[in-house]
Order: sequence, then structure tokens, then C-alpha cells
Amino acid sequence: MEKFSQHTGVGVPLRRGNVDTDQIIPAVYLKRVTRTGFEDALFAAWRSAPEFVLNQPAYAAGSVLVAGPDFGTGSSREHAVWALKDYGFRVVISARFADIFRGNSGKQGLLAAQVAQEDVELIWKVLETRPGTEVTVDLVSRTVMCDDVVAAFHVDDYTRWRLLEGIDDIGLTLQHEPEITAFEATRDHWRPRTLPARHLPSVEIKAARPAGVTVELGTTRRS
Amino acid sequence: MAGTLAEKVWENHIVRRGTDGAPDLLYIDLHLVHEVTSPQAFEGLRLAGRTVRRPDLTLATEDHNTPTLDIDLPIADVTSRTQIQTLRNNAAEFGIRIHSLGDADQGIVHQVGPQLGLTMPGLTVVCGDSHTSTHGAFGALALGIGTSEVEHVLATQTLPLVPFKTMAVTVDGELPAGATSKDIILAIIATIGTGGGQGYVLEYRGEAIRALSMEARMTVCNMSIEAGARAGMIAPDETTFAYLKGRPHAPEGADWDAAVEYWRTLRSDDDATFDTEVALHASDLEPFVTWGTNPGQGLPLSGRVPVPAEIADENERQSAERAIEYMGLTPGAPLRDIAVDTVFIGSCTNGRIEDLRSVAKLVKGRTKAESVRVLVVPASARVRLQAEAEGLDTIFLDFGAEWRNAGCSMCLGMNPDQLAPGERSASTSNRNFEGRQGKGGRTHLVSPLVAAATAIRGTLSSVADLGPDVVAPDGSPLTDLQTA
Ligand code: SF4
Repeated sequence: MEKFSQHTGVGVPLRRGNVDTDQIIPAVYLKRVTRTGFEDALFAAWRSAPEFVLNQPAYAAGSVLVAGPDFGTGSSREHAVWALKDYGFRVVISARFADIFRGNSGKQGLLAAQVAQEDVELIWKVLETRPGTEVTVDLVSRTVMCDDVVAAFHVDDYTRWRLLEGIDDIGLTLQHEPEITAFEATRDHWRPRTLPARHLPSVEIKAARPAGVTVELGTTRRS
Repeated sequence: MAGTLAEKVWENHIVRRGTDGAPDLLYIDLHLVHEVTSPQAFEGLRLAGRTVRRPDLTLATEDHNTPTLDIDLPIADVTSRTQIQTLRNNAAEFGIRIHSLGDADQGIVHQVGPQLGLTMPGLTVVCGDSHTSTHGAFGALALGIGTSEVEHVLATQTLPLVPFKTMAVTVDGELPAGATSKDIILAIIATIGTGGGQGYVLEYRGEAIRALSMEARMTVCNMSIEAGARAGMIAPDETTFAYLKGRPHAPEGADWDAAVEYWRTLRSDDDATFDTEVALHASDLEPFVTWGTNPGQGLPLSGRVPVPAEIADENERQSAERAIEYMGLTPGAPLRDIAVDTVFIGSCTNGRIEDLRSVAKLVKGRTKAESVRVLVVPASARVRLQAEAEGLDTIFLDFGAEWRNAGCSMCLGMNPDQLAPGERSASTSNRNFEGRQGKGGRTHLVSPLVAAATAIRGTLSSVADLGPDVVAPDGSPLTDLQTA
């Protein structure tokens, strides 16, 4: 993972709360088996509207997303983080993050900086009155600067440390391999194992067939 | 020291306690895998030259991308087919058990674990899927995780986790006829909000919860994530043990006795303290529906579409305005007047045998409203077989519904079952986000009973709207509901 200590880039005001991960990246884009190349999928439904913030030239090269509260709710899809990163975002600012999204961000080097809603409002004002204004996010001092707005942000100590050092979690855990092995020896032997497989007798599953009602995509069924 | 259920399960799995703000390293008993969130994790293992530490604690099934028709034919969508093939290849390469399309144990991952008896009280269960919270119904600590964490668990069978806060959600009293566990959880989410559970493990308790079947408990825990919680749990009891006994992977003989003895200790101590407590009365509940585009935007069916101008909080007002516009609704209009195009009965929330039985009881001998298409999709192939053994499929087909193969289906727009733009559904699933069921689709979340009544009438309806001759799923008349 890349190290992160400070970042300066164009701020993008996203005046929406409850931005769920289905909005960040719709399900149709989750079929890919790669970890990169999701930039086109970011906010795909919203980006089709010309007035959407990322379609405005001043914000197009943004790298600091400033969003309403409860960002990243819903699905656990890490693709949401990949899409934000692939598009070029390094930081997301919000008053509240969904837990799984916050965790996923931390693993991928995207900083989820928690800033009080009143400070978010001040930053939004600056970014909207002067589109293209840069935001500086300093992880060492945990502050966000945007023009004359200076705000503290919260990120937990451990995530901060891992981001500053650029440390991979799995490597860290594997240093404790002997402890994992020792723990395994203490587990109740009746705890379930998936192998060898046990199941009810296998029965043939008949394929359901279309009922003859088709809905053409792009039309509604009612007039 | 007195502890809550969640704390007890946590303590029982600590491999290494974190110091100086570092997370605890927790052992994972069961790791469920599906095709969408795993390919990049397996790829990561390959790149790092790592193996799967415990294939015998790992299980894969195919659910999100799978079609629910023509499952004996190659999957038409090339990217879906590739993703499923990738899972099959990874399972073969790393020695993981997989239940593929067409196999009797294939189905939605959150149904397959419980029905095989792999999900048990006191376990830590993870899956790269937010609705892993479902397994908390057994008193397991069950967490949805991201793909990096999937890779971490595959490689180490552990996860570094920061302790959560605990919230007691107590539901006392008795549910009125026509209301279900789905209405309990929709009401809880509407009460605490979609962010209300953030950072918490919720423990559902109280007599209304104790009275629920395992299927109904799974519905409640399933939607914990919709309140923002990391997990939801219910202490195991006789209902739990009875569900598990005799399942393929349930312990047997002396092991069963040892297991039950341990499981009985899995309850919050009487003097345990929770960080937050919330209480609800089941007798106050009515059938609930959502009108907006997040699961917290729900109201009793007897209500009206909110009028944004009357909402004081600016953020909430804006979000209500946007939701009402997206949903194509009129502020102030009665929810009961909303006509739907599609009724979807299925998903890991409400695609279980009990859900199908209650729908079948209501629709038996009736015909669906002509304007509505009705999809009934069992959560797993075994649920489908069971339903067919009970003759429920014939009831659905006679009603005019489509009877499909198992999978996530119209819960999310990854497989062919999707809403067309502008199309409106009453859906027993768990998410009403914009475009969740297909681009431009409009979703109202409902219970199976409301879905069935809506399919009969064509507009959002409760059982009580069907008239005085209707019988409840347990066979009792519902005449006393006419005031609803
Ligand atoms: S049924 Fe829906 S919520 Fe459940 S696992 Fe499938 S897509 Fe997710």
C-alpha cells in the first residue's frame, strides 16, 4: 500500500447525504474480476446528468471529495473504494462514514476523513463559490485546510498509522502465525467444518422456464 | 465480569489482544464466499504466493449473478459467466467446497450456511457481503467484510477488528395479526435511522423477538446493516437448537450435548451494560412500507407520502425531496393508492420456506391483479425443493406468478431479473436504493404478507385490505383487522 501523509488537490462538493455504495458504483459494474479500471463506473447513474458536479470542468480533476453525512452506506463492495481511487480521489471528507466503507478505505489507502458537519458546510461554501479551490489534507496533524477554513478531522489511530507507514495487513498478521496455530489447537472439535462436505441427498433441480411475459428494457409496463 | 452476548463471542475468539489502539486479532470460524467480492481476493493470494489457510472453514456458492431461468443453459451475459467461472476456477485451485448453479445446495449464501447447519451459535462468521448480519440470528457474531478482508481471512483465518459498541434493541409485546418480523426491523430502522447503528453490534431481545421463528429472526438480523450496524445478534434458545438439530453439519451425540451446554451460556448477563438501549412495542406496529430511496424512509402502510416542506431538518428535507422525485410520488398521497408493476418475493431477507408458505396461504385460490407481474424466487435450491414438495409452486403458478430458480434475483441488478426504468416494485428484499433493482427502478420494501396482498390488489396493500373472508397464515380469520 502506498504511504499517505499529506495531500493537496481540487475539492469536489457533493451535497448529498446517505450516499450509498450502490450510487458510488452500481451493481452492473461489479461483474469485473479485476481490481482496477473502475473509473468509468464511479457515480455512473448520476454522471449521466450534465449538471452533476463531476461533469463541471472545474471539478473534473478533483481528488478530495467532500460529501454529506452517512457516506458509503449499504453494500460491502470494496469496488466503491476502487472506483473512487481509480477516478483519482485520495480523500473523502464526510461527517459520518458507514463502518464497512471506512474499513475498506483504510485497507486501500483512501483516506476517509471525518469532519464535523458544520465544517463540511463551510468547505462546501468555499468550493461552490470558487470552483477549483484546492483542499489540503494533512494526516500527521489531522487537519483539513480549504482557503480560510481550517478544520480538524478524525481518523482512528491504527488506520492513521497504517496509512502513514503504508503497511499491508496480511503481512502484519502473518507475523503472529504461531499464535494463530496455538489458538486453533484450543477450538472445540465440534465446531463446524465445511470439509468433508455433508449435505442432504442431491436431487436434480429443474430449470425454471420463462413465463412468456417479457419486459423490454427502456419501457415501463404501465402507461 | 458481566458481559453482553456480543462481548462473550468476541472474547472467545481473541487470538491476540491489540495494544495501543491496535485492533484485536479475532479467529474466524466460518468464511462464506460468493462470486462478486472474491475474485480480486484470490488474485491477491496468487500474486503474493499465499494459500488458503483453512479451506475446511470456507464455503463458496454462486448467487448474485446467477439467472433464475434456464439455469441448464450457459449464462447468457458474458461478464456474469466469466465471474462465475472465475469462482469455480478459484475454488478448484484452492481446494474450496463450492455449490454451483444446478446443485441442490446452491443458493443465496446467507441461506446456504444456516440450512446446512454450518451457521451455529457463538461462531464468528464473515462473508464479503454486508448481509452476513443474517447469521447473527443464531447468536453468531457475523460480519460483512470488504474484499481486502476476504483476502486476509483466506490467508490467515483471522481478522484484525476494533471492538464495537453494543446496543440493546428490545421489542416487547405481541405482533398484531398481519404484521411480521419485516415490519419490526423496518420500524427499528425508521426509528434509529440508516446511520443509527454505526459502530454498534445490535442485540435484539424482548418477548416479541423470542416469539419469532428462526426464519423470522434471520429477517430481522439481515437488515441490521440497513441501520448502519456492523452486526445484529439474537441470543440462542430452544428455537435455535430445534432448527439446528439434525442439520447436515450440526454436531451429533455427545458433541451435540456439549455444544448445547455451551450455547446456553451465550446470552447477555442480567447485569451486563449496553452502550445504548432502544425499546419498541410490537403491539404498536403495523405493516410497514418504504416510500423513499433508503431503508430508513419507511412508514406504516396507513400513512401518506411525506410532504418535504413540513420537514424541519434541511438535509432530511432535501433527501426526501430527491427521493420523492426519483420515486415518482406525490407528497401527501396515501401510500395505499400507490400502484406497482412488479411484486418480487425472494432474497436473503424473505426468500425462505416460511415466507413462501405465508404468501401461498394468502394467494391460494386467487388470481393476481392483471397489471402486476409477480416473481417468486426461493432463497436456495433446497427451499425450492421443499416448497415443491409442499405444493406451493402450483399455488403460485395458479395465482399467475412466476416460479423461479434460486438466487439473489431481483434484489439487485446483477442478473437478468431487473426492473425497467421507471418501473415500480413492491419487494421483500432489503434495499430500496436508487437503481438497486435495475437502472431507474423504483422499490418499495415490504413484508411477504404485504407483497402478497399487493400482488392481489395491484396497489400497496396489507392483508386487512383483502376483505373480511381472509385467513391469516396460521389459519385464523383476520376479520378483526378491518379497522387497520
Ligand atoms: S439477496 Fe440481495 S441482499 Fe441478499 S445476498 Fe443477494 S444481493 Fe445481497
